Amino acid sequence: MKKEAIFVFSENQLKYKFHEEHPFNPLRLRLTVDLLKEMNALQPEDIVEPRMASDEELKLVHLPEYIDAVKKAGRGELRQELAEHYGLGTEDTPAFPGMHEAAALLVGGTLTAADCVMTGKADHALHLGGGLHHGFKGKASGFCIYNDCSVAIKYLQEKYGARVMYVDTDAHHGDGVQWAFYDDPDVCTLSIHETGRYLFPGTGNINERGFGKGYGYSFNVPVDAFTEDESFLEVYKTAFEEIAAWFKPDVILTQNGADAHYYDPLTHLSGTIKLYREIPKIAHQIAHQYCGGRWIAVGGGGYDIWRVVPRAWALVWLEMTEYSNHLEHLPLSWLEKWQKEAEVSLPFQWDDPENLYPPVPRKKEITEKNKKTMEKALHPIRKTAGEKTRQT
Amino acid sequence: MIVEEIMKRDVISLSKDHSLRDAIRVMNENNIRHIPITDEKRRLIGLVTDRDLKEAGPSSLLHDEKDNILDKPLSSIMKTDLITGHPLDFVEEVAAIFYEKKIGCLPIVSGEKLVGIITETDIFHTLVQLTGVHWPSSRIEIKVPNVQGKISEVVSCIEKHHVNILSILVHPDKKDENYKIMVIRVQTINPGKIIADLKKNGHEVQWPHFSGSLS
Ligand SMILES: [Zn+2]
Repeated sequence: MKKEAIFVFSENQLKYKFHEEHPFNPLRLRLTVDLLKEMNALQPEDIVEPRMASDEELKLVHLPEYIDAVKKAGRGELRQELAEHYGLGTEDTPAFPGMHEAAALLVGGTLTAADCVMTGKADHALHLGGGLHHGFKGKASGFCIYNDCSVAIKYLQEKYGARVMYVDTDAHHGDGVQWAFYDDPDVCTLSIHETGRYLFPGTGNINERGFGKGYGYSFNVPVDAFTEDESFLEVYKTAFEEIAAWFKPDVILTQNGADAHYYDPLTHLSGTIKLYREIPKIAHQIAHQYCGGRWIAVGGGGYDIWRVVPRAWALVWLEMTEYSNHLEHLPLSWLEKWQKEAEVSLPFQWDDPENLYPPVPRKKEITEKNKKTMEKALHPIRKTAGEKTRQT
Repeated sequence: MIVEEIMKRDVISLSKDHSLRDAIRVMNENNIRHIPITDEKRRLIGLVTDRDLKEAGPSSLLHDEKDNILDKPLSSIMKTDLITGHPLDFVEEVAAIFYEKKIGCLPIVSGEKLVGIITETDIFHTLVQLTGVHWPSSRIEIKVPNVQGKISEVVSCIEKHHVNILSILVHPDKKDENYKIMVIRVQTINPGKIIADLKKNGHEVQWPHFSGSLS
């Protein structure tokens, strides 16, 4: 029987861990899974074990010499000068034992999710271990070793001949995925992120629209620092809907970084949990409208692992499975278990309080600017749509 | 950085006896907007831009002359009072010339011969590269007193964190001449520790503010 949604996860995915103090902390996966289990929203039969991506699959995107370098780094055999060339052994992506296997398992998880959706095992698939959107073909960057999104998109193209729309709501620009398909008109990328003026990686300007045949298939909406839920959602919903209607994808891949929240220590946006209720809801609707429901969702950034990520990511699954119970209090059992471990007090409720942060001084201007940015980004596809309507 | 590192060397040029029609065709085929005019010894004698062609075009002339206009030689419209650059010029100087003279391209001449060309786009691209933005990185702005030794203090503070510095721009603080602003691109997604350390050492980090941060 076809399932509505499957959840790709195994304990082995927690091995993608650089070291104890590193901000990319896999514990957030366990916290999310545990939260869903405590509220009885995730059953053993929903869970699918991820497979490991083969070298051949990694090579769909990554250079063979880079894969070799990652393997060597994981065995402590990569010389420092060479490591730096591949972005390994840096503060962001330090080498750790077994890093190739751990990273390849995260790629494999997204491939597992892709197979489940494309073979009709389920309409939707969620793989929160994925979303490593900064990985380049020959270089690790921004906590990402291999880029599961890029590999999965290439895999969807080659194995299923699918037109893929990639939508990235991580607070950082989805640079690795954008550059991997920059000249490909059969992949459409949309990234909504905090402006790269200060924030890593610095790219993701409106005028990055693609190259050669792929020109016009890369969309970027950089929003201002301190952008709030309403403005972010306005931009996201409008851009996603209009681009999906124009591109007509076969399948949608969403990257669900949870670092646009006010609490996130790495970024400067002012999102709340409301953002993470709405983001998957809209993706879900659009997937049913244009793709027969085919929707693959992955995780991504998110560095407040206690107060933000578990709720934000659980909401993606609850949306996929159309969880209908009213969400108010977090399960007490979960709070009791994890409060002991947390260095901050955990929120008791699903929604953030109204006064989570002091009012943003230039709210109106920020909202107006974000809207203008979105309009500029959508201008090329709106022009044609407008002309058509005038004729009818 | 000097001009010869960024100039385009295989310059497409025409002679003064080529026609306007030739120039239009060459521009379209090569997707360029400027054509230097050279003599048989490859000495630069003029320049034709797409704007010159448009201005000479049929719309501004009498109707019955329309067809032969395109057969006219380029010598009839080319600009001869030219600003040129040298391969050893500094890119920053050349950028200033583009800005002050409002030109779209600069022919590069050495030993009387045309050896290259630089367009506005090349300059822009190079300046962007000089700021390091084409590598994934975070940007930090620091306000420091305009006295000797401050820049190296900031740099050594950052380097303690084993993070690669991609670029440093330093400019005077427009609001206060006793200070200057350092704009630094660091190759990390996580500059929080560096910023905290800079602040601890008494440096004024102007942005970003970690308003919702744990740290
Ligand atoms: Zn991120």
